[in-house]
Amino acid sequence: MNVNETDLLIVGAGPAGMAAAVTARRHGLSVRVLDDQPAPGGQIWRAIETVAATPRLARLGESYRAGADRASAFRSCGALYEPESQLWQIEPGFRAFLTQQGKARSVTARAVILATGAQERPVPFPGWTLPGVLTVGAAQILLKTADSVPTSPVWIAGCGPLPLLYMTQLLAAGGRIAGFLDTTPRGRIGAALRHLPKGLGRLADLAKGLSWSLALKRAGFPIIHHVAELRAEGAGRLESLHYRTQDGREGEVTAEVLLVHEGVVPNIHAPLALGCAVSWHAGQHCYVPELDSWGETSQVNVFVAGDGAGIGGAEAAEPRGRIAALRVAARLGKLGEGEAESAARSERSRLARALALRPFLDALYAPRPQVFAPADETLVCRCEEVTAGELRARAVQGRPGPNQIKAFTRAGMGPCQGRQCGYTMAHIVAAAQNRPVEEVGFYRIRPPLKPVTLGELASLGELASLDEREPAA
Amino acid sequence: MSTEAFDVAVVGGGLHGLSAALHLARAGRRVAVIERRWTGRHASGATAAGVRTLGRDIAEIPISLEAMAMWHKIADIVGDPCGFHAHGQLRVAETAEHMPALLQREAKIRALGCTHEEIIDAAELRRLVPALSPHCVGALVARRDGAADPHRTILAFRRACEAENVAIVEDCGVEAVDRQGNDWLLVCGQRRFRAPVVVNAAGAWAARLAALFGDEITLGVRASMMIVTERLAPLLAPVVSVVGRALSFKQSDQGTLVIGGGLQGAADLDRERSSVNFSELAKGARAASDLFPAVRGVRIARCWTGIEAQTRDHLPVIGASPNAPGLFHAFGFSGHGFQLVPVVGAILTDLVVEGTTRREIAAFAPRRLMQERVAA
Amino acid sequence: MFRKLHDPGAQAITIFIDGRPVPAELGESVAAVLLRQPEAWCRTTPVSESPRAPYCMMGVCFECLVEVDGLASVQGCLTPVRSGMRIARQQGPRSLSA
Repeated sequence: MNVNETDLLIVGAGPAGMAAAVTARRHGLSVRVLDDQPAPGGQIWRAIETVAATPRLARLGESYRAGADRASAFRSCGALYEPESQLWQIEPGFRAFLTQQGKARSVTARAVILATGAQERPVPFPGWTLPGVLTVGAAQILLKTADSVPTSPVWIAGCGPLPLLYMTQLLAAGGRIAGFLDTTPRGRIGAALRHLPKGLGRLADLAKGLSWSLALKRAGFPIIHHVAELRAEGAGRLESLHYRTQDGREGEVTAEVLLVHEGVVPNIHAPLALGCAVSWHAGQHCYVPELDSWGETSQVNVFVAGDGAGIGGAEAAEPRGRIAALRVAARLGKLGEGEAESAARSERSRLARALALRPFLDALYAPRPQVFAPADETLVCRCEEVTAGELRARAVQGRPGPNQIKAFTRAGMGPCQGRQCGYTMAHIVAAAQNRPVEEVGFYRIRPPLKPVTLGELASLGELASLDEREPAA
Repeated sequence: MSTEAFDVAVVGGGLHGLSAALHLARAGRRVAVIERRWTGRHASGATAAGVRTLGRDIAEIPISLEAMAMWHKIADIVGDPCGFHAHGQLRVAETAEHMPALLQREAKIRALGCTHEEIIDAAELRRLVPALSPHCVGALVARRDGAADPHRTILAFRRACEAENVAIVEDCGVEAVDRQGNDWLLVCGQRRFRAPVVVNAAGAWAARLAALFGDEITLGVRASMMIVTERLAPLLAPVVSVVGRALSFKQSDQGTLVIGGGLQGAADLDRERSSVNFSELAKGARAASDLFPAVRGVRIARCWTGIEAQTRDHLPVIGASPNAPGLFHAFGFSGHGFQLVPVVGAILTDLVVEGTTRREIAAFAPRRLMQERVAA
Repeated sequence: MFRKLHDPGAQAITIFIDGRPVPAELGESVAAVLLRQPEAWCRTTPVSESPRAPYCMMGVCFECLVEVDGLASVQGCLTPVRSGMRIARQQGPRSLSA
């Protein structure tokens, strides 16, 4: 077999990608797994293999510890695992282009599972580009991969399970918290409670969340509720932080590090680049790929599994990965349709259980409206430094969509390719034109998905011309 | 259902459509631009925006030189400089074997009495483009050529049109055409437009539109690929192309490198989509890094393709329809159209208002692409 | 801005940031090391030359672009440190002649 050809290409070695690989290998598929990171685990289990051997494991908690077995099962499943690989394009057929250690090449596959996970929802506010402002997820990755914590007591602003979990982990590690600016709006519990009956099977999760909250209250740092607006200030780095609550209470504190978090959204750049249809998920305030019950997108043999399919967490990601792998195995003749169907049945009930609490969490931690309506002076596009005010001014000249405003303002044209400004752009356009956000659409995603160099692309041409001389299979 | 009446309906909101509308409005006509998506959606918004007389087909030289004079006062025409800089365009010879072709071209141009293309030696080439690889031996240069900012240009033409009360109707595709007395009726979903004169500036879709009027025109399609890089400190001012390779290389005002040259991706006219072919685009990256070795480590920010019409002889179609009264064509610019924008609008205005033009457009007659089809 | 909680022991290596030797630990990323420096910024933007530092640590914000062993605009958060690695902070739009 040509080493550049496999039955299945999996992008991402987090919970979904690893589970898909193990399942696909069990059914005899040849599998290649590409991942940005140097080791398996995705964001939730970052550095699990290294940390598992140290006493640090204990303070990162039970769900993190669970990753160790998954990584070891993945390592031994026989998939061709290529860490530190940046996928930058998939062409129909499928030919995937990637860069490793500064060298570009292409590989082929008969089916693709995109298990590219989620990113934290961008939260623009004045000063969010200052050094010293990071996401909570970033700080958690620093804790997991570098055993690093903020030097001085840290301010944390946001809502959702992740800030609570991180603060618990940070205190256990000996870090210090200056205060928590809880941005959950007033009245959210009531709105969320009507989703609770479906989530009653997940009382253990609720209890866990509650125990974090109680432990944090006992730690004694100030908790300010219903924070609606933030402003970070400083000369060249964060020095002070200004906040304002829903009821108009304001405060200003000195700060060296501020961590922010307003939930996570699926990484949809890869599916969009592949032409997969997406639709608006009103509960999660984001686009999700349109998937059938196997996780297959509108493009035949392209699947999405894990949080990229809609936020569900690691426990939902694994069954989604296995379900997609079963379907690929059946497609490629390694498994009967009936066998795939019956194997998928238990995975689907596992998935349903994992998602039971999600509507409650989505409603409780829905982003506050200010996230989508930053003040005019706020940089929306961090890369090209385009403000909310500039976008608003453009949005009312005619009825332009995000792609037209992008062309005229350069918002979304920098190295992050709109990963940080896409949703803010959509909401600003929608508000300015008095349209629903889902009607406004999203950026067209231009390849490459990662900024490959001209030299890498040039060297790929040399390889591709060699390929063309090979007889067709 | 109400019908909106105009003197001229321009179909296609690309730069040629906007330019035609602007000139016609200034000649006193009530004009609508009818655009299926939005102004500058396809070729105009995807172009590298080269403003080039260099290497033009002999038949295009007169209008190209006139267009260049217009570009040099573009702010007077549309009220904005359009990001136009005349830092020259060069066609570089990498080896001595490539020089004779350039020398012959210069001689041919001189014989016509033109002086805008000029041979330069390696020393002058180095002075104009210090970043160029030292292996290059000489070049043909058009010093008054340059490049503009495509989106700024689209916006400038659009605003100039609006200032002349041109109605710009977006999200409005022409689905059917009917004749009502001396007027054409354009059916666009729920909307109706009527006008005695229609300008077909529908770009890659222009043959489809022409067919609605009974003009069967053979037209191909291009999907030229472009690379744009991260922002860099100033590296070069002119636009550089090279003999024997598909490369056009320039730096934008923002500092990004814009690399094109006509390498082709895939176009899908029905879905109005085009896609990049990286194995092919790699040739462009290779040409760029051979000519400018320092750029090998520069990061690509994005790549794209634009859909554009291409004629068999790579000359545009400009002129009155031989079959449909009041229909005028302006399309098929075959990858060379951005520079011609200001003059083509003036030509169409001549044709619509005077019924004729003193400008040399015989080579662009629609009929040349229709006869063969009849014969076949 | 950040501090390491343990002594790397046998995993300790040295890398160079703008020519200065800096302690690091195998397994961590370039961006993690940058965040422990007194000057925690890693680049100034090509648009306004304002300072930026690592923000997302997971490869989606592209704020941690640095020069690594001569290759520019590398995502520091996706790059594990290696002994002797040379990191340079990028200032404004990159000059190719430099």
